[in-house]
Amino acid sequence: MNMINKRERLVVVGNGMAGMRTVEELLKRDPLRYQITVFGAEPHVNYDRIALSSVLAGEKEIGQITIHSLAWYGENGVQLQAGDPIVAIDREAKTVTSESGRVEPYDKLLLAMGSKPIVPPIPGLELPGVCAFRDIADVEQMIAASTEHRRAIVIGGGLLGLEAANGLMKRGMAVAVVHLAETLMERQLDTAAGRLLQRELTERGLNFFTNGQTEEIFGEGRAEGVRLADGREVPGDLVCMAIGIRPAIELAKTTDLDINRGIVVHDDLRTSDPDIFAVGECAEHRGKTYGLVAPLYEMAKICADHLARDDAMSGYTGTILFTKLKVTGVDLFSAGALAAGEESGELTYNDTARQVYKKLIVRDGKIDGVVLYGDVADSSWYLDMLRSGEDITPFQDAILFGQSVVAAMGKVKPPSVGDFADSYQICGCNGVCKGTITEAIADKGLTTLEEVRLHTKASASCGSCTGLVESLLAATAGAAAKPKSQGMCRCTDLTHEAVRGRIVAEGLQTIPDVMRTLDWKNPDGCHSCRPALNFYLLCAWPGDYRDDAQSRFINERAHANIQKDGTFSVIPRMWGGVTNAKELRAIADVVDRYDIPSVKVTGGQRIDMLGVPKDQLPAVWRDLNAAGMVSGHAYGKALRTVKTCVGSEWCRFGTQDSTGMGVALEKMTWGSWHPHKVKLAVSGCPRNCAESTIKDFGVIAVDSGWELHVGGNGGIKLRGTDLLCKVDTHEEVLEYCGAFLQLYREEARYLDRTAPWIERVGLDYVKSRIVEDEAGRKELHARFLHAQQFAQTDPWEERANSEARSREFHALAQVA
Amino acid sequence: MADGAMAAGWRDVGALDEVPRLGSRTVTTPGGTVAVFRTKDDEVFALEDRCPHKGGPLSQGIVHGHHVTCPLHNWLIDLKTGQAVAPDQGCAPTIPVQVLQERILLLLPAAM
Repeated sequence: MNMINKRERLVVVGNGMAGMRTVEELLKRDPLRYQITVFGAEPHVNYDRIALSSVLAGEKEIGQITIHSLAWYGENGVQLQAGDPIVAIDREAKTVTSESGRVEPYDKLLLAMGSKPIVPPIPGLELPGVCAFRDIADVEQMIAASTEHRRAIVIGGGLLGLEAANGLMKRGMAVAVVHLAETLMERQLDTAAGRLLQRELTERGLNFFTNGQTEEIFGEGRAEGVRLADGREVPGDLVCMAIGIRPAIELAKTTDLDINRGIVVHDDLRTSDPDIFAVGECAEHRGKTYGLVAPLYEMAKICADHLARDDAMSGYTGTILFTKLKVTGVDLFSAGALAAGEESGELTYNDTARQVYKKLIVRDGKIDGVVLYGDVADSSWYLDMLRSGEDITPFQDAILFGQSVVAAMGKVKPPSVGDFADSYQICGCNGVCKGTITEAIADKGLTTLEEVRLHTKASASCGSCTGLVESLLAATAGAAAKPKSQGMCRCTDLTHEAVRGRIVAEGLQTIPDVMRTLDWKNPDGCHSCRPALNFYLLCAWPGDYRDDAQSRFINERAHANIQKDGTFSVIPRMWGGVTNAKELRAIADVVDRYDIPSVKVTGGQRIDMLGVPKDQLPAVWRDLNAAGMVSGHAYGKALRTVKTCVGSEWCRFGTQDSTGMGVALEKMTWGSWHPHKVKLAVSGCPRNCAESTIKDFGVIAVDSGWELHVGGNGGIKLRGTDLLCKVDTHEEVLEYCGAFLQLYREEARYLDRTAPWIERVGLDYVKSRIVEDEAGRKELHARFLHAQQFAQTDPWEERANSEARSREFHALAQVA
Repeated sequence: MADGAMAAGWRDVGALDEVPRLGSRTVTTPGGTVAVFRTKDDEVFALEDRCPHKGGPLSQGIVHGHHVTCPLHNWLIDLKTGQAVAPDQGCAPTIPVQVLQERILLLLPAAM
């Protein structure tokens, strides 16, 4: 039988997430039944529309959000007509016609046109500078506007509008959000949570005009602002309409298919014509239309069942929606009912100081709705109970404190991914259940997170379920998954702690020694373990260990920071952030002499010269050395900077000489290598202008002495410091600082900042070593100072003045 | 023997000792920069000094086994074939190289 000629023809209208997911699910079930042709309105392959927020916010590139590459269509025999929307359906003849006039016959037709932005009928919509937030073209227009214009207005304070506003703000625009209702995201959040969200976003710099009905977009030749019904005017050069979406049903309306708000489908996703299916945002199921991704993917699976087999029994029964906002750092979750009705009650938890708010709607002893703000750690637990209808009466009085607390009371099992039912949804973005993941791990022998992502798509979109997927992997693959989670790297199953312990106990002196003795699996290790071993040996044997340049990351080998174009940046040390005319003049001369393209002041109060080619580094350093400047180690897992305020020397509020203290700390600590970068700061009074409370070691002067703070971090994951203790004298500050840094050097894992290290070992442990054990502290400090004897040589000078050592900065040969 | 190699268009770019073990040096040519790598077992490889991912300078990466890790985004490149190790996909063009009497010889294409 010739299968090719016998294939039925499936035409898909819509090349978006719902339609293509259905095609993908169909190919899994039966790759041979249909000859598939996909028509898309946009001139692109299928991409992740939810990730447009991340593209706008500059977190991803357009190229990174492709779901199906052009090659995928080819490999799977799917014909793609991109940029050619279908304009007519002839149900009698069973054909569709595209805009370009192409007529395509079908046996089965899948409608997946998605949705259109809702646009209110107001004057000014036609002006340049007005856009929606729906597709790649919109986002490109917004990004272009952000480079030329300064002010943006987003109309709509719902999920879509806030993500648009956040993205535009990240692009450097001043953004005003006009919202019709009194509070934000009123369809997903109750008033209390909506207010908390508005407060948070206002602090981040967004401006809100709530109770704002837009009456008109005004401007001559280009949008210049909007006018609200109550007379308020909001100026802006870009107006983004993000009120919401409605099902795209224009095409379906030209047929006599059943249509309400969307195209009416049955539980098998068939429309009123059994040969025509509809999925996604254009479909209406049991009176509901959906605008989030999870239900689309559920529909795709059921629809694929019925496309693949005429006798399929599965049915779509609707989706309980939940909402998360894709704005980095805003934790918010909601699902189900928003407020109590006549037959239900509310449990609320409101911590105004920490800005944590939790509300559960409870009906007949079961959860009927969840609203969480500020702490969403238990969202999966609540959502699971909402879906399963579990009786919560036995622990209702403690339920708001979370699963761990309820478990500690012995009322439920402790949170463990192993306890979840196979139908428990782990990945909300891609609709992947626990059973699917564990099956793939077992059947295909997966051992890493990346493999699980590749095979199941779980945790492959927003990534918020990554922790759960990792736990599942550990639980399912068992020992096979272990090397990844516990060993230093793929070269050994030993943990960082075990390796360090044996280096000291067995007196291992070199990297080859360690690898030989500890049975390294790869003879010369890898890019991940070699730098770690180099540091561990350096820390264990100060003065004796010979640093292995080839085991250092390029920045530490070249003593400069590699940039994306392969050039380097050069940052001289400025003790405590203090400089003078001579240094500045020397920097200016260097910039002129070497034609350095960019000069910038860093967050750590230093001056950064960017764009220096590698072969010029020794000469640049020689000139800076000549003016008395040395390496700032801004490139290393090392002591970076000590940031200071001007303190009592100048400031009318200053209580102590914070600058002098900063200089003293930097003189003591510079040149020290660490598991990761280390930043210090000294503030002269509790106003804390040097931001000491987000540093690894922060000092704040008070009238009666110095407060010492540890474990702060201002990076991806913001962490305020913990107060270590208060000391009286200048000498004590230096001693505690040296001891703390040495403890971190000796005990933290390579690439751990102080923040995660302290979270792991606990502040009490650090206090017990540094504050309570005086003799131990003095020993640690002494070991730090001992190591510093060998560390405090300027690496720039060593290289700038040695022909042999500067050689590696030049090409081996130049061929004309 | 060396003369024969030279006649065939091989270029002497320097002594083996000038490239550190588990390290790399560059050779600049009109067609772009070439990275010359030396492994621990003293094998020498040469690739165009551009990672297939985002053009990172492979010569600045950490060499281990017969691989180099790109310093920009940790792509792992096979020194012998120039291929990125799966699941990444891409290839840095290889340059023929040989070591004769402790000298490194490159066969540079006409465009270089």
